[in-house]
Amino acid sequence: MNSLATAPAKTGRAIKPGRLPGNPALALWSTPIGKKVVMAVTGGILVLFVIVHMIGNLKMFAGAETIDAYARFLREVAQPELGYSGLLWIVRIILLVSVVLHIVAAAQLNRMNRLARPVGYEVKKNIATSYAAVLMGWGGVLLAIFIVFHILHFTLGAVGFKPGQYEDLQVYHNMIIAFHVWWIFAFYMVSMVALCFHLDHGIWSMLHTLGWNTRKNRRTLRALSRLIAVVVFLGFISAPIAVMAGWLH
Amino acid sequence: MNLKLKIWRQANASVRGKFENYVVRDITPDMSFLEMLDVLNEDLLSRGEIPVAFDHDCREGICGSCGFLINGVAHGGQKGTTVCQLAMRFFKDGDSLTLEPWRAQSFPLVRDLAVNRSAFDRIIQSGGYISAPTGGAPDANTILVPKEIADSAFDAAACIGCGACVAACPNSSAMLFTAAKVHQLNLLPQGQPQRDQRSLSMIVAMEEEGFGGCTNHRECEAVCPKDIPIQFIGQMNRELTRALRHGERKFAHVTRDAEPAEVKR
Amino acid sequence: MLDARIPSGPIEDKWDTRRFEMKLVNPANRRKHSIIIVGAGLAGAAAAATLGQQGYHVQCFSFHDTPRRAHSIAAQGGINAAKNYRNDGDSVYRLFYDTVKGGDFRSREANVFRLAQLSVNIIDQCVAQGVPFAREYGGLLDTRSFGGVQVQRTFYARGQTGQQLLLGAYQALEEQIAAGTVQMHTRRDVLDIVVADGRARGIITRNLITGEIESYAADVVVLATGGYSNVFFLSTNAMASNCTAIWRAHRRGALFANPCFTQIHPTCIPVSSEHQSKLTLMSESLRNDGRVWVPVKQGDTRAPNQIPESERDYYLERRYPSFGNLVPRDVASRAAKEACDSGHGVGPGGQGVYLDFADALRRMGRGAVVEKYGNLFDIYERITGEDAYQAPMRIYPAPHYTMGGLWVDYDLMTTIPGLFAGGEANYSDHGANRLGASALMQGLADGYFVLPATVPNYIGSTKLEPVDTNHPAFAAAKSEVAESTNRMISMHGKRTPDSIHKQVGRLMWDECGMSRSAERLKKALGTLPELKREFWSNLALAGTAGEFNQSLEKAARVADFLELAELMCIDALDRNESCGAHFRVESQTPDGEALRDDEHFSYVSAWQWTEAGQPPVLHKEPLTFEHVHLAQRSYK
Repeated sequence: MNSLATAPAKTGRAIKPGRLPGNPALALWSTPIGKKVVMAVTGGILVLFVIVHMIGNLKMFAGAETIDAYARFLREVAQPELGYSGLLWIVRIILLVSVVLHIVAAAQLNRMNRLARPVGYEVKKNIATSYAAVLMGWGGVLLAIFIVFHILHFTLGAVGFKPGQYEDLQVYHNMIIAFHVWWIFAFYMVSMVALCFHLDHGIWSMLHTLGWNTRKNRRTLRALSRLIAVVVFLGFISAPIAVMAGWLH
Repeated sequence: MNLKLKIWRQANASVRGKFENYVVRDITPDMSFLEMLDVLNEDLLSRGEIPVAFDHDCREGICGSCGFLINGVAHGGQKGTTVCQLAMRFFKDGDSLTLEPWRAQSFPLVRDLAVNRSAFDRIIQSGGYISAPTGGAPDANTILVPKEIADSAFDAAACIGCGACVAACPNSSAMLFTAAKVHQLNLLPQGQPQRDQRSLSMIVAMEEEGFGGCTNHRECEAVCPKDIPIQFIGQMNRELTRALRHGERKFAHVTRDAEPAEVKR
Repeated sequence: MLDARIPSGPIEDKWDTRRFEMKLVNPANRRKHSIIIVGAGLAGAAAAATLGQQGYHVQCFSFHDTPRRAHSIAAQGGINAAKNYRNDGDSVYRLFYDTVKGGDFRSREANVFRLAQLSVNIIDQCVAQGVPFAREYGGLLDTRSFGGVQVQRTFYARGQTGQQLLLGAYQALEEQIAAGTVQMHTRRDVLDIVVADGRARGIITRNLITGEIESYAADVVVLATGGYSNVFFLSTNAMASNCTAIWRAHRRGALFANPCFTQIHPTCIPVSSEHQSKLTLMSESLRNDGRVWVPVKQGDTRAPNQIPESERDYYLERRYPSFGNLVPRDVASRAAKEACDSGHGVGPGGQGVYLDFADALRRMGRGAVVEKYGNLFDIYERITGEDAYQAPMRIYPAPHYTMGGLWVDYDLMTTIPGLFAGGEANYSDHGANRLGASALMQGLADGYFVLPATVPNYIGSTKLEPVDTNHPAFAAAKSEVAESTNRMISMHGKRTPDSIHKQVGRLMWDECGMSRSAERLKKALGTLPELKREFWSNLALAGTAGEFNQSLEKAARVADFLELAELMCIDALDRNESCGAHFRVESQTPDGEALRDDEHFSYVSAWQWTEAGQPPVLHKEPLTFEHVHLAQRSYK
């Protein structure tokens, strides 16, 4: 027997990555960290969206003409290359995919996290985390409901309006009517508080998950996250409050 | 000082456990928390009762054996301190303390406050090493490591594997433990050849052991007796995307097939 | 007559000569040979990983829940290696010379030389594994000076060198576990060594989770179970560090060498209460800038800051003007004990001396002191609640390391064929006193390099009959273990294992501690059998032997400490000289310094167990010094 050929004195083994799919995207999605990265990236897209949306909303204060023109602009931009509402639909699809991925990943991770501790603690104190972080899940559920309602409400006019009240692309008109209804006003306010919390933890989380957090810049990143959350919150609630208070009419 | 203790008692993983109440008297502030438990146990034993089981060994905060929750906080709440180094002067006369074991799917209970943390070993087995068979190493100074790199690697390597990060995490996640080892080995020049495979393998192993994911609560870092920062978690996430970008899985696949049949037996 | 089987030829070539003489095992055959390794500290984990890499079937045992917890992890200072990276005159020969001299000429030259040679390879090996040693800005390894030697040869990883080296070995071990070459058995206490047909062929263990008594057979058994300082109850060792495996091996025929050589470390935090469970070491480096003193007046209870300069006795500076506060460990420890015994001690029970940084704070500024010693001051404050920047620290010596252990030959094999001992468990390299930063070096030299050469040689050169756990020797050993376990658990007496352990520890500390006399050793030898009777008739345990039962584990360890304590006293009584850490009051110079007696005691005492209640038999391995000149140590 040729002992050299068998080479049994193996000094170790190749580190095996286990059962990961061959496709990098699927491999990413199949790991919990990959799902977190997906949540961070989709969350980042959604953060950019809410900032732009919030800035658009502020056009309420420039009068009906401006904001209605802005609504028309969003549909007419990139015409004729992409057709009427073409770019808008592209953005809508990106947002829809982002929201779906964000929610599916969150739900799957949440399930895994609950399974990881079948027997809970009698006494458990959280010493570092924030309310925002703890409320991430419930806040997310509320925001998901809000998004559905919001689309049915302002985009489609299917709920929240009495028959004949909603007029397509008459944003100013629609807003004035909508926010005079107390429960709609209240629902939007609560949802924006949830958004503020979600962003406070979410933006920092995104930066951290993507590996931008260091010991030195941590305070800055957390402050930046909170700043964006608060600015977005104030931006969004300003118009409804102005409507409710009668400053806009 | 006198203290009221409420301690989780469970003879083994297959029977039901419950809390028992005890009173310990004449505790001095200089005693460590575990010495206080020694007093309780000596008392129990001399009355023919079964003492409270808890893992402990070095009592210098370095071996990582000890650890349980005191009033809901892993290792008791003094920053950068294991329970064995926690002095009783941290508490007040008359305090009521609830003691619970680490609770996680991946840390099955052994007895009372002792749990089985071998899941950590299996994460290390999956790739938490640099393959350097004894005898073949080049002269130590032929491998230059910039001081900043060595220092950062040490910060991560300081982990004692106590499991407090998992216990404190709302999701029972082992991210801090795994990230610390990934960071140490992937940062050093010696760790580069196996870098991508190591990241993938350890991350998969961590999930297969049943630990939860990270939701960035920072609870792990707050209780870590060695103050290991969560930035290593972000770094590990990047190591994952880097490895997937490099497509090292394909190389690993080839390596696996090329292994001598001997190893498979 | 003990044969250490030292290879012939010049000392520089002895290890090479032996390695060439060795029988090799064909790589294809290695898997068929099994090796049991007891202990997963530096020596055990390194040997298990390396022998696994070579292709042997290794079974490794640890009482911990994972091999990463062994007490090697607690070593702070560093690891010596004769790399001469500093270009400051270091060499293999100098490390060898320092170690023999530091051991006060009671170690074997050939072994120490090999240790010095291998020290160089250890650093290479550990760096390749990714151990994060301290670095210079240029990326080269940093070193520092340590323990009174004149070269900077100590490599370190902040204050946690032992931890980092152990994790390196642990990771190598886990790699082999994953590769299937090593089987790890955690939470197992090794309670006996099985000798079949004159060779060590296996072990009996207790599964600490289920309580089951198990047998494991192999071709070779390696013990790497550490030291026995816990015989003193209070020591810097971990709570579960024990002598059981080596003591059981001794009872099965392995000679026990120099049991009385126990090192007492001078800078530990003093005992604060009767409930103290262990002592915490403070790095010796504190003596570089701190000044040791006691009040001149006996029983002075004033706060240290109230005692004027003229009423302080800086006794180390007074007695040893040239070395001052930096005298070796044994000298510093003994001087502290003398100060306290004569009524000058400070703190609770007068068991402490001051280590004062007031001068250093004035001279260097607080910033520099914080940078150099900040973490040590923090440890001190965490444990004592006192701020050492405001008032001096209190320190006192504590048992720390045992130079004694199983007698081994040049190949680290005990007097039982097929039973090897590595690391602190053997006696081989440190003589009567170990130098700082040498324990890690020895553990890893044995584990990575010596055992992985000598164990295969034994396998290759011995005709090993097939033996499995059905051999009658296993059944006999197993029933002995079961019987003694059952005896302990069913006694239902009044004394807890800890209370007896404390009593024997106190006795050993008083009578066989830092200074010893024939009279007091005899007194201890009179008391120990009574304690043993007390243990075996009045032990209090609860629960059963068939479950996770930590007091039962403890009791089994105390039972062996009780027997070892007797042997320590017998050895200390026999060695009527002072050398290294062993100080006999009968053998001192007119000014109270240790006085060696080379004419009568230049030998290794290797004791043979006869039977319970019978005195052990002394075998002597004569020590000859061809390269290092015998000289009296002086630090005046």
